[in-house]
Amino acid sequence: MTAAPAPARRADRPAPRRRPVRPDRLLLWAALVVLTLVFALPLLVMLSTSFKSAAEANSLDFTVLPLAPTLDAYRSVLTDAPVLRWFVNSTLVALLHSALVVVLATTAAYAFARMEFAGKRVLFALVLATMFVPAVILLIPNFLVVNELGWLNSYASLVVPGAAGGFGVFFLRQFFLGVNPSIEEQARIDGCNSWQVFLRIVLPLAKPAVATLAVLSFLTSWNDFLWPVFVLFTSDMQTLPAGLAQLQSDNVLRYDLLMAGAVIASAPVLLLYVLAQRFIIEGVAQGGVKG
Amino acid sequence: MTTTSIGAPPPSVEARSAGVARSSARRHGSRLTPYLFLLPFFVVFATFVLVPIAVGAWASLHRWSLGLPGRPLVGLENYARLFDRSEVLSVEFWSGMRATAIFTVLSVPLLVVVPFAVAMLLNQRFRGRTFFRAVYFAPYVLGVAVIGLLWRYLLDAQLGPVNQLLAAVGLPGDTLWTSSLPAGWVSLVGVTVWWTLGFNAVIFLAALQDVPVELHEAAKVDGAGAWRRFGAVTVPSMRRVLQFVVTITIIASANMYGQAALVTQEQPGTATRTAIGFIAQTGIQGFDIGSASAMSMVLALLLMVVSGLVLALFSRVGGSEQ
Repeated sequence: MTAAPAPARRADRPAPRRRPVRPDRLLLWAALVVLTLVFALPLLVMLSTSFKSAAEANSLDFTVLPLAPTLDAYRSVLTDAPVLRWFVNSTLVALLHSALVVVLATTAAYAFARMEFAGKRVLFALVLATMFVPAVILLIPNFLVVNELGWLNSYASLVVPGAAGGFGVFFLRQFFLGVNPSIEEQARIDGCNSWQVFLRIVLPLAKPAVATLAVLSFLTSWNDFLWPVFVLFTSDMQTLPAGLAQLQSDNVLRYDLLMAGAVIASAPVLLLYVLAQRFIIEGVAQGGVKG
Repeated sequence: MTTTSIGAPPPSVEARSAGVARSSARRHGSRLTPYLFLLPFFVVFATFVLVPIAVGAWASLHRWSLGLPGRPLVGLENYARLFDRSEVLSVEFWSGMRATAIFTVLSVPLLVVVPFAVAMLLNQRFRGRTFFRAVYFAPYVLGVAVIGLLWRYLLDAQLGPVNQLLAAVGLPGDTLWTSSLPAGWVSLVGVTVWWTLGFNAVIFLAALQDVPVELHEAAKVDGAGAWRRFGAVTVPSMRRVLQFVVTITIIASANMYGQAALVTQEQPGTATRTAIGFIAQTGIQGFDIGSASAMSMVLALLLMVVSGLVLALFSRVGGSEQ
């Protein structure tokens, strides 16, 4: 048997290196390739169109690749529209939001996972219960609260309101419960107080879970659409998604510009996705299976 | 032994009073410490979750126009207006609810079945599984604004590649994908499936990988074929996850806004304007806080009822199988 080394020993059927292609394998690969095209082609068209001239992008004859690739569309959206400013806004807001979510969720989740105190069960139940309250109920009242605080049209209105969600607390609490408590006990015997244990022992151990939450929160904030559209009103305060909507209404039938804007808004999250794919997908999968 | 806050009783006093408190106090210093850990979260949670829920309920019972003085209590008047068909507001609200319902009914089955099938596909053994999973999930990380703009272009009746491609292969290439019905619904549902399929598929895939192999083996020994095993082993083991995905997908679909704002731009007329879009326009742009709050309550209540029905349905189906 010329089987591959380790996995073959475990496999229930012998796996010779060259076996005839079975029809079901062919079908499997056909499905995989078709799906790949379905997901990748529209994104490639977006990229390709962003490098077309205005005339080519908005012509009745669709071209797959730009006939004469140009950066005109990028130049135009970066100078005529405040896309660069929106990019900075989005980046700042998403980073601050993500950091705030991590601070709020780690501290609360640690208390729920490891400490005993009066009202613990009630408070935890309250946090969980709000996860089942449809978000639409918060839309108008949150607008009123933000208005009352004088936060309309500011970064704060985007950073703070969604930061205390039940998901983060629940997700991290599960993780903390899985950490062996004897490590923390040892640190306490060595003279650490609760904050020191939390900061020096628990947080470093929880790095993967914290990274997952941070990346997911960054994505949520970066991509948020409804809320910024309604709480921001000056052009220079827009985030990219809200700004793109403005770009769309200002430039009807200028698909070269719109695709360039869309590419600019996609690049950071796609890069983040390539780098942190494991955290993003595992986070979503765990949220579903354990949630 | 450490105490972190001054003025708290020494831990040893606590320790004698109760068993649980004993170990807690010993391990965590002051009895205030847990609350200090919770404080930052609960300040934000109270301000932007708890208070707003109360404010929303309160506002729905008051006539409240932002910028106008006075917020008189009007009881259920805001709700009554929503059910008074002679009111323009009521007609527009229910037209939005109808759009939301159409979209939800059309999208949820596809967003459960198609991702499940993709997850089954990805659960096979083959090289590059992680790569394909990553590709199928990719649109989800892009966000609705990018997706909306992209598909507004792809589906443009004249300039978009979709119609040009259809014409090239001899199919009708003049469908108004973004400005007519029912094509508009096909666009909105199709774009949403394309965009969020990966999200549900990843959850299903993780659950499929948790189905004990022994169950499948046992069924095989008993002579069950692939379909029989799918019905008797796979689906029942996935019951909890299915219920979860159905519930979150209904809620996500009922909150659809961006696709309608960008792809169809609520066309034709305002036929694809969803309930949440109308609520935001009424409350935030129209300053009619009272009505918008009442509409939010109605939509939220309906959503909770539907979620409850899903829960009941799944526990009944589960019960009859055991």
